[in-house]
Amino acid sequence: MSRLDTAFYDLGRLDMLAEQDSIIHRLDPRVKVITTLLFIICVISFDKYEVSRLIPFFIFPALLIGIADLPFNYLLRKLILVSPFVLFVGIFNPFLDREVLLHIGSLQVTGGWLSLISILLRFSLTVGAGLLLIATTGFPAICMAIKKLGAPKIFAVLLLMLYRYLFVLIEESIRMIRAYTLRAFSRKKIRYPIFKQLLGTLLLRTLDRAQRIHMAMLSRAFTGDIKISRQFSFRTQEFIYLAGCAALFIFIRFIDISGILGKFIMETGL
Amino acid sequence: MHMADALLSPGIGGVMWAATAATIIYSAHKVQRQLDNRKIPLMGVLGAFVFAAQMINFAIPGTGSSGHIGGGLLLAILLGPHAAFLTLSSVLTVQALFFADGGLLALGCNIFNLGFFPCFISYPFIYKNIVRDKPDPRRLIIGTILAATIGLQLGSLSVVLQTYFSGITALPLFSFLVMMQPIHLAIGLAEGIATAGVISFIWNARPEILDRAMNEQPLGQVPVRNIIIGLLVATVFTGGILAWYASEHPDGLEWSIEKVTGNSEIVSSSPDMHEKLELIQQKTSFLPDYTFKENKSESLNEKDPFGSYTGSTLSGLVGGLLVLASALLIGFVLKKRKQSARYSQN
Repeated sequence: MSRLDTAFYDLGRLDMLAEQDSIIHRLDPRVKVITTLLFIICVISFDKYEVSRLIPFFIFPALLIGIADLPFNYLLRKLILVSPFVLFVGIFNPFLDREVLLHIGSLQVTGGWLSLISILLRFSLTVGAGLLLIATTGFPAICMAIKKLGAPKIFAVLLLMLYRYLFVLIEESIRMIRAYTLRAFSRKKIRYPIFKQLLGTLLLRTLDRAQRIHMAMLSRAFTGDIKISRQFSFRTQEFIYLAGCAALFIFIRFIDISGILGKFIMETGL
Repeated sequence: MHMADALLSPGIGGVMWAATAATIIYSAHKVQRQLDNRKIPLMGVLGAFVFAAQMINFAIPGTGSSGHIGGGLLLAILLGPHAAFLTLSSVLTVQALFFADGGLLALGCNIFNLGFFPCFISYPFIYKNIVRDKPDPRRLIIGTILAATIGLQLGSLSVVLQTYFSGITALPLFSFLVMMQPIHLAIGLAEGIATAGVISFIWNARPEILDRAMNEQPLGQVPVRNIIIGLLVATVFTGGILAWYASEHPDGLEWSIEKVTGNSEIVSSSPDMHEKLELIQQKTSFLPDYTFKENKSESLNEKDPFGSYTGSTLSGLVGGLLVLASALLIGFVLKKRKQSARYSQN
């Protein structure tokens, strides 16, 4: 029960972060969506055994967290929460792929371990980039950005409405579960016959709510077309941000920074 | 069973994105043409309902685990396939952004796996065929459970294929299938039973809701679907055949050069330049030489003499689908342009 409440307020917190004010927050949302996609494509375009060359990419999330002043621990916790599926698929690699690809002293590293580490690095980078996008931009702004970038308008409107009522309906379902728990004594889980009634009632209430919302919209001159008014401007700083990020990603993608650095250290240090 | 960016190659991710974007644009076009503006708030609120509903779990007797609705099929039953696909896409977009389920590039895969199959396969071909025009409680329950289960099986099969062809994990196709399909059979059954419960509750309480949803579907949609399926089959077919052919003859152009000059390479005046270009091409292409990277390794080819053969056929299919998806996309964008121009004239 308390777990549900926490999950719910956790959702709100990510959105609260987008209310902050920083250079990154002030940028046009379109630029942030594009750079995030560019980043993800660069990260996942490596070979499956690549580990060392993925690491320099962490500079981008690090810079964002730094400049936009975001809570690192909170983002890390969200990251770990969603890792099970990736772990489930990747965990078998060390057992299946036993070809030794790397020798570190007497330690032999097999391809499976390399690819598992690579998967985990990719996961942290890509999911982290997504979380940072929402934490620096906010959901409504992202919806408008994807509309401006060519997504169908109805899709953007749908996302906005869904987001608006998400909190209302989640709160309603939490209330229902709480009411059930209070009346069910020690029974923890909901039995099927009661589940049907709870969910059916929630659905009926939702349908009625949709009707009320529609009537309210009609009385405010809704004609099937929703007007989104928000000023977008592509100024110098957007251009600099985009060009800078693109240059950074391409540089990291094609130049083996870790390798060059490692070589340099080995040669001078030893 | 959300697909994740970390397991995806850019090629597969891009193809799935293109296919999903085309389906979203197509569905948006369909929904907007219905001109029933009651549906817009209904879709938004039902999308939020899917989230809220997934918080309510029921106990599966004897197992200690619990199940909840998946949402795709329920939305398709209440809204019709196109509106349901759009709504589910928005649900998955919110999940990708807020809950970090999957990722932004994998969003294309996820919408396809969890939205396309329930809305465009199991709803029209299974649910509607079983329930027909006159729903009764038994048919509703059987149709819902079957449609949900088969929809999820297809979705999980699709996850397996996308992961396998991306080549990031070392899991062999067969063992991955053996792991994924039975688990998702159980999950799909739980989902189906949950959805059937809600549907039968609604049927008892307010049957007119389901009646209205059933009758709102105009029959004129079938030809379009047939055309798309026909196109898909044609693309897969030609992609497969041509790639097979391409693997026998290195390349159409190279092959003809060989015939003309008796040498497969153009004798270049600056070999350096050629090498550099080839290097760039190898670095930038995600389907180098139309075979998957794994098949290039010697050890694999020894074990499986048909390794490069099947790889080449597969990349042909993927390439063909990519072309089809982009063609569809261009078509719909042009169509939308024209339509909006027409609207603004009026």
